Amino acid sequence: MHLPISDKIELNILHQNSHQAEKNKVKFNNYNLLCLNIMSSPGAGKTRLLEITLEDLSKKFHSAVLEGDMTTNLDAARLEKLNIPVVPITTGRACHLDANMVSGGLKLLEKKINPDLLDILLVENVGNLVCPAEFEIGEHFKVALLSITEGEDKPLKYPIMFREADLILITKVDLLPHLNFDINELKSNITSTNPKADVIEISSVTKSGFDLWQDWISKKILKFKNN
Amino acid sequence: MTKCLILSMEEWAEKKNKKKIVVEKINLKIGEFTCVEPISLINTFNAAVLGSWLDSSEITIETIPFEGKCSKCNRLYFPKKENGYKSPCCNFNLEEIISGRELKIASIDFKEK
Repeated sequence: MHLPISDKIELNILHQNSHQAEKNKVKFNNYNLLCLNIMSSPGAGKTRLLEITLEDLSKKFHSAVLEGDMTTNLDAARLEKLNIPVVPITTGRACHLDANMVSGGLKLLEKKINPDLLDILLVENVGNLVCPAEFEIGEHFKVALLSITEGEDKPLKYPIMFREADLILITKVDLLPHLNFDINELKSNITSTNPKADVIEISSVTKSGFDLWQDWISKKILKFKNN
Repeated sequence: MTKCLILSMEEWAEKKNKKKIVVEKINLKIGEFTCVEPISLINTFNAAVLGSWLDSSEITIETIPFEGKCSKCNRLYFPKKENGYKSPCCNFNLEEIISGRELKIASIDFKEK
């Protein structure tokens, strides 16, 4: 044996994922395809949000979904009813989508449709407020959902997720009259964690806020296409 | 995260000729404002590498403090969730993060066989 050698590499642990995410982004850009990474805890309303959103959005923009799920294709089956291309990505034991999985999903999507024909790709991540925040997938924007039943303190308890998000959707606001919930405290916690994030209150029951959310998406698509 | 660490080590070792080296220490720098709990990373790494070429390696973790910069007075401060991550000097929201997001392999100590 020789003397120990110290190799100072200063290498990001996630560099392989970041590298693949960059490759995904280049692909999205070449297809002129805006990609949103939709994240939240389980049950915050991601799939229902997409169902309602895509009913209108797909009339104006050509849309597709990559549907991340740990064990089932149940959410993908719901979205397939909207007659848009949907690719399920079953992660198995993994609690988040990573850039490789999304690359695989994109290859399957390419078999269903020429992505040049698409305007927007919505990627529904696995329900989890921790790991998805650290793993880039090549998205242009991150959207985090937070339902009011989860509590006002969640932006402080899961700060990376809410810090990284470009848009935070406060969901299930139709339940406000029935809960002892301080939405101003939640908004204050969001702002202190991420002062730059856009925030929209939304309800999949009353459809309140969907006009703002659809407007947000439309503006992002048009700006992206014009660049 | 453990998988990413092992993949990074595999990639590094390929350049070194894996069969001719023994990794003694993997020295990490992990920021406080990340989704990584250091002890969990060590435990899962130790379990994952059992019986592999990394079996005898040890992980050391240097924790990098979570530090922000007050956007009003430019003072550096340590954001606390109890205070909503606001600056104690001016009570401003956390805008600029100076450190705490690191997820790095700083260095690898190894011996050649």
